[in-house]
Amino acid sequence: MSKFKKKKGGELPAISTASLPDIVFMLLFFFMVATVMRDSTLMVQNALPAADQIQKLDKKDRVMYIYAGKPSARYADKYGNSARIQLNDKFADVGDVAAFVLAERASKRQELQNVLTTALKVDGDTNMGLITDIKQELRKVNALKINYTTRVGDYTQNTN
Amino acid sequence: MAKRAAPEVNAGSMADIAFLLLIFFLVTTTIETDSGINRKLPPTDEIVDPPVIKERNIFTVVVNKDNRLLVEEDVMELSELRQAAIAFLDNGGGTGEEACDYCKGEKDTSSSDNPEKAIISLKNDRETSYKVYIAVQNELVAAYNDLRDREFSSLNPMTGLSYREAQKRYDDPRTSASDKAKLKPLLDEVKAMYPQKLSEAEPSKTK
Repeated sequence: MSKFKKKKGGELPAISTASLPDIVFMLLFFFMVATVMRDSTLMVQNALPAADQIQKLDKKDRVMYIYAGKPSARYADKYGNSARIQLNDKFADVGDVAAFVLAERASKRQELQNVLTTALKVDGDTNMGLITDIKQELRKVNALKINYTTRVGDYTQNTN
Repeated sequence: MAKRAAPEVNAGSMADIAFLLLIFFLVTTTIETDSGINRKLPPTDEIVDPPVIKERNIFTVVVNKDNRLLVEEDVMELSELRQAAIAFLDNGGGTGEEACDYCKGEKDTSSSDNPEKAIISLKNDRETSYKVYIAVQNELVAAYNDLRDREFSSLNPMTGLSYREAQKRYDDPRTSASDKAKLKPLLDEVKAMYPQKLSEAEPSKTK
């Protein structure tokens, strides 16, 4: 007789997991918004050297990037094994750097044009000759503020 | 016939799908490293009349193609470079008008007069590795920063900060404008005591 059926007692009710997807979606959206995607795909090897006396780079819109290093494995048979410069999405020669800087500068807002920084993202195994050439080109177009982008780490990691 | 209620769709696996997406984004996105060593290149215009600099006020660092260091005509290991640079910058060997009252160095007459005169000259070969070049730059900047740290802490003990921390706070966009205005004169004072005079040799014209 149901009237006298003992009430089920003592057991804990199951915790509702219905809101779990909401929480996870919240996290998902947070990460999607907060992470910055690379705007150009890397075509060169780019293991940055380590340094610890570093300063944070300026705001993103004031920076232009120059990549350099050996072409990555999928481009190696086409472009060879010596270090190359990458500007935007293309391989470039030293002579193209000046034009690139001028184009980048023209694309920025007037008030930012004089405060631009050039970030050099160069692979650690590159020879200094290429970097010296880039620096000379930058001097020619008066892009004097540069930043050697590095990893955070002790300098001794660079020597072995 | 009893009226059947529409069966509820089980949403229990929604969390799994969302987690899958979350983990995918976590793994694929790379957080950009946007910090490094800031440098300023010299303008190209030729200096007509280069100032005469005494030999003892120049600290020459040469990195050759085998990534070995030659400092002041002596072979040196990278680990000793920072101390050597500090000893040179902080020497304070000048007398009279060129004396340096805050230097704690050895006052060697064959080394620099005062930190304002002291210039570090860095020269590298075309075949020097970029890694080693950055390590050398790092150590030279570290020498300046160590000295600035020392002076900043002794001049401004009430801030409880070192020069590096104060500079970091100054560069932080979250710091309020009033704090920045307070920090700026303190930082500038120390920077003037140990100005960063790091000169890089012009690449030789001959190829």
